[in-house]
Amino acid sequence: MLFYIFAAVAILSGAYMVLTRNLLYAGFSLLLTLLSIAAIYVLLFADFVAVTQLMVYVGGVLVLILFGIMLSSRVHNKSVMSENTNVGWGISISLLTLIGLSYTIWRAGFSSLPWIQQADTNVLGGQKSTVQLIGIKLMTDFVLPFEIASLLLLIALMGAAYIATGKEKV
Amino acid sequence: MFSQIPLEHILLLSAALFTIGVLAVITKRHAVVVLMGIELIFNAANLNLVAFSRHDPQLLQGQLFSLFVILVAAAEAAVALAIVLRVYQHFKTANLNQIVSKGA
Repeated sequence: MLFYIFAAVAILSGAYMVLTRNLLYAGFSLLLTLLSIAAIYVLLFADFVAVTQLMVYVGGVLVLILFGIMLSSRVHNKSVMSENTNVGWGISISLLTLIGLSYTIWRAGFSSLPWIQQADTNVLGGQKSTVQLIGIKLMTDFVLPFEIASLLLLIALMGAAYIATGKEKV
Repeated sequence: MFSQIPLEHILLLSAALFTIGVLAVITKRHAVVVLMGIELIFNAANLNLVAFSRHDPQLLQGQLFSLFVILVAAAEAAVALAIVLRVYQHFKTANLNQIVSKGA
């Protein structure tokens, strides 16, 4: 089944991102993870979120991260490498987190919750895409978060440009 | 026509991605890789929101929330990378341990 293929790709490339020491390899395996997560969004009937994931993460954030790798590593003759520390602590903490989360998910039984059992998962009541519904929601119920988000983006843009250009030392 | 993906499997995938992100944040010493781990954690949270939103097809609250999460993550990445670049120009390194020992 398609979901399990994409899930395996996401987990394997995520694991490779942690295991490799080369920064560029880590960046490109993060690209693979983000792409397979976008595919999983499509399988979950979230087409608009999938397209947004592609445009914002793959087209924006990942390019930013690659620029960050290029600009923040001395590229002499050796390739860009990253060091590891706290390996024992990191592995033990994340293993404990994984075991705890899996046990909780297994014991909680989310599928037998009443509102999920009663939910009408008949895909969007015959609608083909979620774009129209999301547009209506953004302009009615979610108009305040929408406006605040636009303000936040403006502030973040100005702040990032101001910090990155770097004024001359006085 | 469509076969339902069990909800638990999506949640387990999201837990695994979250764990990988936490592992990257803890073990990696290059600031940009730590940011990549944080992005992975954001994606794991988003996957949960979208998975539960599938059972809420009339309202789509989970999908809308995940859109705002993506937006805030993009803003965070831009500002954080600008800060990393400034720190690199100042300390001549992006290794977090060396930055801590130089700045202290």
